[in-house]
Amino acid sequence: MDYLVDVNNMTFSRGDRLIYDGISMRVPKGKITAVMGPSGIGKTTLLKLIGGQLEPDHGDVTFAGESIHKMSRKALYKTRRRMSMLFQSGALFTDMSVYDNVAFPLREHTNLSESVIATVVALKLQSVGLRGAAKMMPSELSGGMARRAALARAIALDPDMIMYDEPFAGQDPISMGVLVKLIRELNDALNLTSIVVTHDVTEVLTIADYIYILADKRVIGEGTSQQIQDSDSELVQQFLQGKADGPVPFHYPAESLSSAFLGESD
Amino acid sequence: MNRYKMELMVGVFVLMTVAALLLLALKVANQTMASDGDTYTLYAKFDNIGGLKVRSPVKVGGVTVGRVSNIKLDRDDYLPVVELTIQTAYSEFPETSSASILTSGLLGEQYVGFEPGFTIEGVENLADGDYIEDTSSALVLEELIGQFLFSRNSEE
Amino acid sequence: MNWVQHIGRQTIGRVAACGRAGVMLFGALFALPSFKNIPLTIRQLYVVGVQSLAIIIVSGVFIGMVMALQGYTILTDYGAEGSLGPMVALSLLRELGPVVTALLFAGRAGSALTAEIGLMKATEQLSSLEMMAVDPLRRVVAPRFWAGIIAMPMLAIIFSAVGILGGHLVGVDWLGVDAGSYWSIMQSTVDWDKDVINGVIKSLVFALVVTWIAIFKGYDSIPTSEGISQATTQTVVFSSLAVLGLDFVLTALMFGIE
Repeated sequence: MDYLVDVNNMTFSRGDRLIYDGISMRVPKGKITAVMGPSGIGKTTLLKLIGGQLEPDHGDVTFAGESIHKMSRKALYKTRRRMSMLFQSGALFTDMSVYDNVAFPLREHTNLSESVIATVVALKLQSVGLRGAAKMMPSELSGGMARRAALARAIALDPDMIMYDEPFAGQDPISMGVLVKLIRELNDALNLTSIVVTHDVTEVLTIADYIYILADKRVIGEGTSQQIQDSDSELVQQFLQGKADGPVPFHYPAESLSSAFLGESD
Repeated sequence: MNRYKMELMVGVFVLMTVAALLLLALKVANQTMASDGDTYTLYAKFDNIGGLKVRSPVKVGGVTVGRVSNIKLDRDDYLPVVELTIQTAYSEFPETSSASILTSGLLGEQYVGFEPGFTIEGVENLADGDYIEDTSSALVLEELIGQFLFSRNSEE
Repeated sequence: MNWVQHIGRQTIGRVAACGRAGVMLFGALFALPSFKNIPLTIRQLYVVGVQSLAIIIVSGVFIGMVMALQGYTILTDYGAEGSLGPMVALSLLRELGPVVTALLFAGRAGSALTAEIGLMKATEQLSSLEMMAVDPLRRVVAPRFWAGIIAMPMLAIIFSAVGILGGHLVGVDWLGVDAGSYWSIMQSTVDWDKDVINGVIKSLVFALVVTWIAIFKGYDSIPTSEGISQATTQTVVFSSLAVLGLDFVLTALMFGIE
């Protein structure tokens, strides 16, 4: 199988805090790869590392065979045109209408005439179902619509890969269903490679071709959704079933209750 | 905010700045006078220039006709030489004219007072680069007081 | 020894921040000038320039009027009302124009710049630009930077001119100083290079510093609501202090040494 992104034995720390301790993962071309894990584990950081916005301490990340962190700034910017990222908040430019937001990457990176841009933008908005909202400002959109508008912007330049940062967080069941459908359809129709970072288990199990589960600074499980569901790792099972206590403890590490309340020194 | 209105307002902003700059140039700093077209240069050698500075005015009967453009010390006799830039509108001063360093008011600025001399046959006009022969120096208050005390002492 | 360590950490943090600010300034000033940037800069000129006009004009008129009033009461004691013109003009051109404009600009436009860029950071718009292969220094920072540097001297010139007219209003039209002497003594005292140009140079320096601080504080802010509010406050405080401190240095260089 062909791999588009290859994270090889990467270590990353922020200040004194170690975030990733030598993780490796590979993203197959043309498939949807999900990265799951408890919140606060640095899943967004992972996407930024792949996008070249952050530098790993050790190890390497390659995109289509080329190392992201060894290329020149110019080459990096060129490579970034082949990838897109859907941010959690959508990150639409608040001073522009939906239309201008989607047209933005086209105006920045191509010399297309305004009439061609208008056609492309209309098509992209049509594919996310927001052609009627082209004139609205981002502040007038609901959270789900903002994310779809941002998705239209992300596919404006027909990238090879889209990274979704928590696309389902805080969405009602209907917009969640819409997004799940969109991610699947866009992936197949445009022959994209998708990376979905999330902690919504059920949605991911239905659309992901391959799943990585991160916890405790490393990869604790990987496989197709069937393989993951059959996993005998306690940690994976706790995560999938949402148990309150288990290998990831309910209590944040603290001194024992008796010593805290009764002042006993053991 | 539509783009047309925005650009219009920026245009208005630029025009206002130009208008303000013109006001400062013409009415406040009087640029037309300062760049007063053609000038010619005269020199005057004084014994003592007191508090005279570059850009001090040169006046004839209270009317400013030019400015001090340079002050330097003559290397031969160690006397200060003052370079006066005079407007060509006021040329034709006779050679017999005199320059003195005066003070406007008791505590005011010092300026060069220029006194046109008499005109008779055989007296030529001052030309560009000429030296004014008849000069009188600045009054230095300390010297005056010193002379006064000295003369009092010698009388007693 | 904890406090020694604290001093050390603070120092390292400050030096690192200066370094980041320098890198940002360099990136913004030398961002490849492109035609796409000109409409963006005009748009920012509107935001930082035109929208500050009202406060600048109103403050200018009132400061000119107050100076004429105060100056008149003092100068009449010495029978020197004639010097009202140069007094108003010189204090505006040399000091009040550049300094008050810079202070008002820091409060009006500087804080807005910090908050805007901080919020763009918090809502991931800056990251998103980077991921779209658009350099935020070129697209977001550079137009705002240039707009600030262009707008502030323009505002200072307008401030001084309007202040002199305000002084005329009170001094001549109300208190009855002779209009001829108001203007003519002003003309013979005010020097174009020494007073007007030096004031504009001061204003340019303040523009650079205030805009730099405002944009850097936004760009470097902690992307939370608390972080942005703190950054906005710091913009106003730091730029005001920087303007007043620099004003002394510049005045000493321009007028102090003959």
